Amino acid sequence: MRYLDEYRDAGLARALAARIRARVTGSWTLMEICGGQTHTIMRYGLPELLPPGIELVHGPGCPVCVTPLETVDRAIEIAGRPGVIFVSYGDMLRVPGSHSDLFRVKAAGGDVRVAYSPMEALKIARQNPERPVVFFGIGFETTAPANAMAVWQAKREGLRNFSMLVSHVLVPPAIRLILGSPSNRVQGFIAPGHVCSVMGYQEYETLSREFRLPIVVGGFEPVDLLEAIAMLVEQLEEGRAELENQYSRSVTRSGSEPARRIMDEVFEVTSRQWRGIGPIAQSGYRLREEYAAYDAERIFGAGEIQVQEPAECIAALVMQGLKKPVDCPAFGTRCTPEAPMGASMVSSEGACAAYYSYRRHIPEAQG
Amino acid sequence: MCLAVPGKILETTDLGISRLGKVDFGGVTRQVQLDFVPEAQTGDYVLVHVGFAISKVAEEEARRTYELLRQLAEEMPEEPA
Repeated sequence: MRYLDEYRDAGLARALAARIRARVTGSWTLMEICGGQTHTIMRYGLPELLPPGIELVHGPGCPVCVTPLETVDRAIEIAGRPGVIFVSYGDMLRVPGSHSDLFRVKAAGGDVRVAYSPMEALKIARQNPERPVVFFGIGFETTAPANAMAVWQAKREGLRNFSMLVSHVLVPPAIRLILGSPSNRVQGFIAPGHVCSVMGYQEYETLSREFRLPIVVGGFEPVDLLEAIAMLVEQLEEGRAELENQYSRSVTRSGSEPARRIMDEVFEVTSRQWRGIGPIAQSGYRLREEYAAYDAERIFGAGEIQVQEPAECIAALVMQGLKKPVDCPAFGTRCTPEAPMGASMVSSEGACAAYYSYRRHIPEAQG
Repeated sequence: MCLAVPGKILETTDLGISRLGKVDFGGVTRQVQLDFVPEAQTGDYVLVHVGFAISKVAEEEARRTYELLRQLAEEMPEEPA
């Protein structure tokens, strides 16, 4: 086994779809929270395999998408300063701020570099001791331990020219916001498998109990997602509301203890602004006081930036499962991945961008 | 963004403050940090995200659940196309 191709097997996918069809009597609205899962669902056209009673809606689990415009503007401002080497995950480069993006900073002569891992940014800092190296630390709990490790190692080595612009977000507070809303439509959740690989799933057991709703930890391949949907449907049809783990080849109840230890060492929980949604209490990480010397926000003091989102954009409703991308009058016309208007169109993992890229699967979206 | 790719550990190196592994991703070999998976050894599969292994693949568990899926596929009548 290679733990990849097996889970893209069309025969298994068809069998799972048939099992779901045989089981469904009611109408159920299910949400996957993770943008990687949204992308798989649209890429493989999974909604087409499902019976009409099952509606999939797509949560705010794309960290690139929910990074506030203000933070993108701050990154652009820092990256444009003379001498600075600005290092980022590739996905962030084409995300527009209110007036520019990191690609344009690079085109105008800024030293903006793409890294696959935060450890590459550390290496760049070691090689350029006379220049400030700033890493754009975004992501959910999956990415936070790696970013934390980079900061921890920088401190340990006494690397004084390395800092991080931190914009980390956490999944459970977003789920709580969606489920706690009086207009909530979601009846079952697919929990994010890689976040849970790090964090374990105890927080999701609590959510399942608190909101009396089934949650299944799911993987990222089409067979994983169909199996997770089948498990949710079975729970809903039987009137159960439990936490189940479809992605057991990677996820255990307690997750990775060393990963959580380094996160706790370097980060502390803070309230964060989510682009397209607004502020959510205790929903992200910032660097602890002990790591203030590595905090790009403090070092560069980029100040308060206030930006207005376009009034027409319905990303907030899309990311809470209340609307579909195709319900937006701007979708695919005034708002496209090349010229995105709002959060869920800016990254290929955003629901609007995934709908746009794979719109051959969506009858309503074929113009 | 939360993408993680499975790969097989070919060898490990302990540097004291961190542990590294040479990991094979279907023919392409990359260096991976193994700090978050202290239990993973040479020959094990790990899921790798931004240069760090975030979990060791539970191979027995994977085989067992995959077998159940295969059985399901055999039992399910073929759908008309």
